[in-house]
Amino acid sequence: MPDLPPSIDAQLFELDADGRPTLFAGRDRDTGRVVFPPPADPDRFETIALPRDGRLWSWTVQRFRPKSPPYAGPEAFEPYAVGYVELGEAIIVEGRLSGVTLDGYRIGMPMTLVAEPFAMAGGETRTTFAFAPIAGAAR
Amino acid sequence: MSDVFIVGAGIHPFGRTPERSGLQQGVHAVRQALAGAGLAWSDMRFAFGGSDAAGKADTMVSELGLTGIQFINVANGCATGGSAMFGAYSTIKSGEFDLGIAVGFDKHPRGAFDPKPAEWGLPDWYGETGLMLTTQFFAMKIQRYMATHGITSTTLAAVAEKAFDNGALTDHAWRREPVDRDTILNATMVSDPLTKFMFCSPAEGAVALIFASEKRARELGLPAVRLRAAAVRSRPPGSFEVFSPALDIARGSSPTVIASSAAYEMAGVSPGDIDVAQLQDTETGAEIMHMAENGFCADGEQEAWIAEGRTRIGGSLPVNTDGGCLACGEPIGASGLRQVYENYQQLTGQAGARQVPGTPRLGYSHVYGAPGVSAVAILER
Repeated sequence: MPDLPPSIDAQLFELDADGRPTLFAGRDRDTGRVVFPPPADPDRFETIALPRDGRLWSWTVQRFRPKSPPYAGPEAFEPYAVGYVELGEAIIVEGRLSGVTLDGYRIGMPMTLVAEPFAMAGGETRTTFAFAPIAGAAR
Repeated sequence: MSDVFIVGAGIHPFGRTPERSGLQQGVHAVRQALAGAGLAWSDMRFAFGGSDAAGKADTMVSELGLTGIQFINVANGCATGGSAMFGAYSTIKSGEFDLGIAVGFDKHPRGAFDPKPAEWGLPDWYGETGLMLTTQFFAMKIQRYMATHGITSTTLAAVAEKAFDNGALTDHAWRREPVDRDTILNATMVSDPLTKFMFCSPAEGAVALIFASEKRARELGLPAVRLRAAAVRSRPPGSFEVFSPALDIARGSSPTVIASSAAYEMAGVSPGDIDVAQLQDTETGAEIMHMAENGFCADGEQEAWIAEGRTRIGGSLPVNTDGGCLACGEPIGASGLRQVYENYQQLTGQAGARQVPGTPRLGYSHVYGAPGVSAVAILER
């Protein structure tokens, strides 16, 4: 497994030998409803792995630096894209987007889950999850 | 059970007033409402009041008078004003008291709101990695809506242009200069597809409304409007709300849809009967989507409605006649009451340069906020 910085939240995802992440969610044992992030309530929710691939449901670009707290990124600010990705029949998950220029996102485009470094204001780095367009995928 | 009337209204101008605290602005609004109605603070039998970020409403008794009044503080986030009004409505309707007041005020620092994840039941990483912004939610909701229902950026800009035109006619508005459509479209992008002129800003201001029973309203002989419906609703399954790390695949309706249906049913009227509407316009897309969520048109029809100017003063359904949140800013605790204040002014023919022509009879107001709460009121002259 590649040597990646610590995760933003150990319960959220795991990385395989190639550094590819899998997101976890909770499935309600009674209703089957899928919940993300996974609730810390094993009696009610079983932990499941979410599909990695999906389609972009909506997106925007964060063009001003969010207030700190809660934002933990560095003072020097670069705009970033965020979006919701519909992961098969399971759930629609929000995350940062990466992989193309900020004007390169379109609703419906195929996306896949990736691990991303996230720089903190203090200088350290964490690993978070993000979604990136699948290169060359049919629209 | 009594019918409920609004017999007086006061406002502290919205915007920024560095020399006055939020609480003092609230006192100003109460005094103006009382003076306009020729009533004294000692005539008030009850009060409901609140702010989101500017202190405890009931402390204003030290300014207004220690009459021993039943004063209930309301703290319900973005629906604080709507909830204060609902309290007043229920109190009169039940017959408990026959005259009282609802007041909402606020004073926020500049810039976007900075919520704390734990207070919303969310993990720290959600805020730390830059996902916890109301602006992102609004942008992504309208982005999806535009793609699904064929709404264009020109229509987004037309809504802001109308807001500033109406604000220019409104004494209590903050933004009082018209801004043309091209300037709005070409301004700095804040969160795509929304530019800086398409978002409202947190601000300051205060509103007070005096409520009376039917008997008391008749005795007072003041310009009065009947509160035909007041409904506050939280979110149903599958709605799309602020601060959602994930959404269910099965999409549902919204707190606005259910609050709206409840209000129409309570009032026994339909959307086509409404003469003037104040709809939550945190940003221009919100006004567009809320036109449909409140039943005034089908999804996608806004494109034609707005191109034809139907929501302008003088159109078939004037919307946000005082410029709404876009021109007035959003002091959370006062914003919902401002909408009702505006409908009171319109229905009693006191709206001056922005008066809707043709003696409007039914006024509709709708406030929406995090984490998925809507309040709707229907007034009748």
